[in-house]
Amino acid sequence: MKKIRIGSGAGYADDRIEPAIDLINRGNLDYIGFECLAERTIAIAQNQKQADPTKGYNDLLEYRFSKILPAIKAHPTKVITNMGAANPQAATAKVVEMAQKAGLSHLKVATVTGDDVTHKISQFGQQPMMENHQALSTLNRHVISANAYLGAQPIVEALDQGADIVITGRVADPSLFIAPLVHEFGWSFEDYDKLGKGTLLGHLLECAGQVSGGYFADPGYKDVDNLWELGFPYADVQADGDIVLHKLPNTGGLLNEDTVKEQLIYEIQDPTKYYTPDVVADFSNVEVHAVTSGIHVSGATGTAKTKKLKVSVGYEDGYITEGGINYGGHNAFNKAKLANEIVQKRLELLKIPVDAFQADYIGVDSLYHGVLPAPAQISEVRARIAARTSTAAAAHEIVREGKSLYTNGPSAGGGVRTITQKIVAIASITIPEDETQPQINYTEVN
Amino acid sequence: MKLYDIAHSRTGDKGNTSTISLIPYRAEDFALIKKYVTEDSVTKWFQKLGAINVTRYEFHKVPALNFVIENALGGGVTHSLNIDRHGKSYSSALLEMTIPDK
Repeated sequence: MKKIRIGSGAGYADDRIEPAIDLINRGNLDYIGFECLAERTIAIAQNQKQADPTKGYNDLLEYRFSKILPAIKAHPTKVITNMGAANPQAATAKVVEMAQKAGLSHLKVATVTGDDVTHKISQFGQQPMMENHQALSTLNRHVISANAYLGAQPIVEALDQGADIVITGRVADPSLFIAPLVHEFGWSFEDYDKLGKGTLLGHLLECAGQVSGGYFADPGYKDVDNLWELGFPYADVQADGDIVLHKLPNTGGLLNEDTVKEQLIYEIQDPTKYYTPDVVADFSNVEVHAVTSGIHVSGATGTAKTKKLKVSVGYEDGYITEGGINYGGHNAFNKAKLANEIVQKRLELLKIPVDAFQADYIGVDSLYHGVLPAPAQISEVRARIAARTSTAAAAHEIVREGKSLYTNGPSAGGGVRTITQKIVAIASITIPEDETQPQINYTEVN
Repeated sequence: MKLYDIAHSRTGDKGNTSTISLIPYRAEDFALIKKYVTEDSVTKWFQKLGAINVTRYEFHKVPALNFVIENALGGGVTHSLNIDRHGKSYSSALLEMTIPDK
């Protein structure tokens, strides 16, 4: 039975590059996928594109491709990535320019666009937002971007046309990994069980190191070796959709049944209904078994897709300011409480418009707000405040008040740090899939 | 005993909903976990985080549960004032739950 080998090169926008290059060099891969586009990232990229039409793709694209291109020159491997973010055309132009400089030839780069529906988002004002079930038109905020999650079909077409590198904007994460399977095995887009199996592959690989020992270690309970050299996973997939996951020898990390189970369940809700643009996958009967060569994963199925695409609408939502100061020794916790109280009182006295305010004590209750008991002995603690404001001026005032705790606050406080972030928030709606027209363009490097 | 003695866990997030898996190290502990780690007990456990509408999903071939917990993320990752906006650390809080050993 025909088999192909797919590696995972990145699990998030800023992921390490060495494990991907190691996979290309030593893994004998047919394909490698780089998933680099979190929900909010594309809205931030859209802002960059508006400021500079040649930007708006993943920040690390040039850094990554400076290492990927020489590696695929030596070890031909097809690359599929959503690093195009808000500007796949500009990303392609940059990669083509770099490929020419690196002396690659006979290279076909495909660009998938059509996910950007910002220009028509006002047509969908009546659609309910998934976050609060109210109509999108009630948002009352400045919308930055709207991008639909495209499926695997345009990527498959690009591969059918001989593309060596496929650069997309917003596509569903698993679709990056389903596409080579459909292309290589000639699967039908009506064969929902197969697409369910492909979705499982994508789901297991899209977070890269999270299936091979990352986000797993619990010293003494779940030990993982050499996380500083964590190896990313790759999979051998058969034409029937059976998957065996592997990790390269002499890499850090851990790949076993438990690491795979954790990633299988990660970020899914009802395991019988995992929605993607390609299929509704069912993971509830998945089996995970260690075999001699790796971890065998099987049993995913699927049913017909909904023909609706999720759209992430990015909008401006004011500012979040955070600040903190540390206290130690005798009475540390009481000093920390006094510090937060001072800041809160100052905001009230100065009538600084604050939409929301939170006071935490790092080391005591900041993670769980009292779900777990406070430690009996608090010998050091960080007082932390966080506030949401509508204006930069209000955010700046809060920062000033935090800093003034050095000279105007309790005794012996140290380590004040503050950060103010402009908030790009996301609202999600669905639109009919025929409201998008995916387009594919090709550029040849001769 | 504490859940961390018999099970492991990982947290994910979607909007204002936290998803927390619970996976016994040994299949024979699954029945015990199912008996005591219920929608009700998890709702109570995470009450102080604002948890509501907890749904427990079960896998058929892998001994594992998935808890889907609404309203537990301070409004969601782009809105939350929490230091851990994704609730990545919630799995550790679940594993602190004590259950009887039979």
